[in-house]
Amino acid sequence: MKPKLALYWASSCGGCEIAVVDIEEKILDVADFFDIVFWPCVMDFKYKDVEAMPDGDITICLFNGAIRTSENEYLAKLLRAKSKVLVAFGSCAQEGCIPGLANFYDKNSIFEFVYKNSPSVDEQSKGIYPVPITHMPEGEIEIPEFWNTVKTLDQVVEVDYYIPGCPPQSFQILNAVGAVIDILKNGKPLPPKGTVLGAGDKTCCDECPRERKEKKIKRFYRPQEIIPDPNECLLDQGIMCVGPATRSGCDALCVKANIGCRGCYGAPPNVTDQGAKMVAALSSVIDAQTPEEARKIMETLADPLGTFYRFSMASSILKRVQPKTRPDSSGK
Amino acid sequence: MITVNIDGKDIQVAEETTIVKAAESAGIWIPTMCYSELFEPYGICRLCSVEIIRGKRTRIVTACNYPLRENGLKIRTNSPVIQEIRKVLIELMLSRWPNVPVVKNMAASLGVIEPKFVSLERDEAEDACILCGMCVNICRDVVKANILGFANRGIKREVVLPYEKMNSECIVCGACAYVCPTGHIKIKSLDYERGAVADWYLGPKTAINIPTLQAVPRVPKIDEESCIKTQTGGCGICSTYCEPEAINYEDKDEEVEIEVGQILLATGFQLIDLKQMPQYGYGRLDNVYSSLEFEHMLNSTGPTGGLVKCKDGSEPRAVGIIHCIGSRDENYHKYCSRVCCMYALKFAHLVKDRTKAEVYQFYIDMRAFGKGYEEFYKRLLDEGVNMIRGKVAEIAEVHSGSDGKPYLLVKCEDTLIGKFREIALDMVILCPAIEPQFDAADVKKIFSISQSPDKFFLERHPKLDPISTMTDGVFIAGCAQGPKDIPDSVAQASAAAARMLSLISLGEVALDPVKAEVVDEYCSGCRICNNLCPYGAISFVDDKKISNINEMLCKGCGTCVAACPASAITGKGFTDMQILSEIEGLLSI
Repeated sequence: MKPKLALYWASSCGGCEIAVVDIEEKILDVADFFDIVFWPCVMDFKYKDVEAMPDGDITICLFNGAIRTSENEYLAKLLRAKSKVLVAFGSCAQEGCIPGLANFYDKNSIFEFVYKNSPSVDEQSKGIYPVPITHMPEGEIEIPEFWNTVKTLDQVVEVDYYIPGCPPQSFQILNAVGAVIDILKNGKPLPPKGTVLGAGDKTCCDECPRERKEKKIKRFYRPQEIIPDPNECLLDQGIMCVGPATRSGCDALCVKANIGCRGCYGAPPNVTDQGAKMVAALSSVIDAQTPEEARKIMETLADPLGTFYRFSMASSILKRVQPKTRPDSSGK
Repeated sequence: MITVNIDGKDIQVAEETTIVKAAESAGIWIPTMCYSELFEPYGICRLCSVEIIRGKRTRIVTACNYPLRENGLKIRTNSPVIQEIRKVLIELMLSRWPNVPVVKNMAASLGVIEPKFVSLERDEAEDACILCGMCVNICRDVVKANILGFANRGIKREVVLPYEKMNSECIVCGACAYVCPTGHIKIKSLDYERGAVADWYLGPKTAINIPTLQAVPRVPKIDEESCIKTQTGGCGICSTYCEPEAINYEDKDEEVEIEVGQILLATGFQLIDLKQMPQYGYGRLDNVYSSLEFEHMLNSTGPTGGLVKCKDGSEPRAVGIIHCIGSRDENYHKYCSRVCCMYALKFAHLVKDRTKAEVYQFYIDMRAFGKGYEEFYKRLLDEGVNMIRGKVAEIAEVHSGSDGKPYLLVKCEDTLIGKFREIALDMVILCPAIEPQFDAADVKKIFSISQSPDKFFLERHPKLDPISTMTDGVFIAGCAQGPKDIPDSVAQASAAAARMLSLISLGEVALDPVKAEVVDEYCSGCRICNNLCPYGAISFVDDKKISNINEMLCKGCGTCVAACPASAITGKGFTDMQILSEIEGLLSI
């Protein structure tokens, strides 16, 4: 009997699914080796099919997306129960990713903006908030409940392995899947629980071909303000790059395209809080003599919170912030 | 060796010796006018003509460039024929240059008083060019600059520069003026600057000199920028005169690497640039001196032999000494330079001692702390020095004096009488602030030490440890640490030396085990940590493209541990896991 593979898409953009398909003709080998039992994005499966499976029936489940709603959480728990190996696949499942940025706000303020204050809400439906159960003449309609906080997969269920990236690079998916096939075929032992698959142990800098010097940052530039030197370290040039605090594995994709690393491969091994680490590192290389000067330099950096915690807010030590109200639509 | 006979004397000389030298060794005088040992004999004046006798034949040759090669040659230096030749030669010269001392003296020694010729080109000047060619020869043979040469022929002959213009090939060595027997060639400074007293002690006076009288070791050194040998490859005269053969042109400045265990930084201080305060007129007005220049003037081996003199050579009628130029000044240095009050009082005392001048002290506060200083201040008050408590606003040159001599008008506030005053002086001495060396920041970096806000090197503790720095084995002493006088510098330096000796006698140094370390497997060489280490322990390993910590230098402060974005740097014994486990253990009790 073939090993069984499940893929699920919780709160995410779907890029991870595309990345899986991006392994091109190798997907046929995967389909050949595995019996794909659940992949709602690609084929028609029903939740009841999964519910009907005995526990531990699925050999391996690649779960992408953060836990935003009651449905996400239900599926996470369901797939955990049914799977021998549960993999947090992609940045959302691993560390919250872009959905995790919603943890700067709470459910009420998000609803208030999205269903009331947003300029794109029309007059008739202004202020109509979604509710889990609606009574209609034909019966009850149920939609998932929206949680106050976005959680990572491992904050909800036990996770065996992680494949980082937003999305994980196709060649890394291929490596990881190839390794899994190898293990299953040849009966090799599994890697220790909690292992990060499809990534390196160093940081993005290790793969970055740019030349780095002793760092001294006098100001930060936004991409439109500077034409970067293609050979010099972007951070040395004052272009924000989270590469030093980001796990290697993507083959320095963004920096090779003259864009600073955004940090999607998550914290390097041994680092608990990627954003805090980057702040500590940056504050060490700001070339200021006085606190005022340092503040001025830091003011040239746009959106610090979103820059340092773009992918790791939900998994950070802070996990979320407690704002009083959401800023109004004018952005003030 | 060959034997020749000069004027009846048998003399043994080496082959190729010239007759002049052979005669000199025998104590026989042959008159010369164009001859010098420094360059190839030229034989143009012909005064050294002598007779050489080979068998029955006699010949007249010039002694300066005739090399002796054969045994038994007879030479007559003073025969009637020779005397006649010399007389005619010197009479010809005397008729053309009747007033040049060397020609007149030579004529006199040859028994000629009046020339019997009348020259068409008679030159009455005392420093006329006598066309001896010595300048041309020294420039060609010794200096090897080849600037001077003869032009024209016969009585129109003259020494000229190429195209008769000043030439950049001339290195202004002055050798031509030095050998010129008449003083026709003179060295003139083109860059004469008003108040250029600074030149008294800046720059060497000769290419080979002893830098200062206090130099240790007190031996001459060659100034490469003005030495002819290093510039043109010529000259080398000093080496021919130095009997112990101590001169070595190959001895160049070199960088020597010495491994040491401890370093004492005593890099000293510099004085504030007085030209940035134009109100005091330093460098612009005559007779406005810095304290160091005045000290040089007071020195008995100085330019005036220790006499206090104005630039025009006269004795000043009134001298002002202004304290705190750049010290205790919000615009320059807030600190007190500590030594100025006392040397200013010394100046006042010496001026009083050596001249009849009135002396004015312009001070903010008199700081005469220290052994014997207050007593000296009291003594000065008794000597009748005028003390004005207040800051000088401006010094101006005024030409309205009754004798037409310009004087310096010092405008100041006298806070003790609450009045604004203008005081006429002939000389002003400024007491410039002591400040850190211009390159203190570079030195700081090299030795991984710190600078206090005033940019002097920072000591480990201002009271309890003013000798050592935050870097182990690096000590500081003297004005590099802060302004201080000689006794304090000596005390601090002695203490530092003692501290260093105590470590040497121990033989080994105990280091704290708390160190940071780079885990190579996790370091990606982002170089964030590279310039963080206050002890300079972190370096970048270029071939491995990762950073490395020198455990000998590391103090375990943890700055890099916190900064490392990859957590590739850990404190030994204080890793995150260790600390978290400790906390866990503590909480589980």
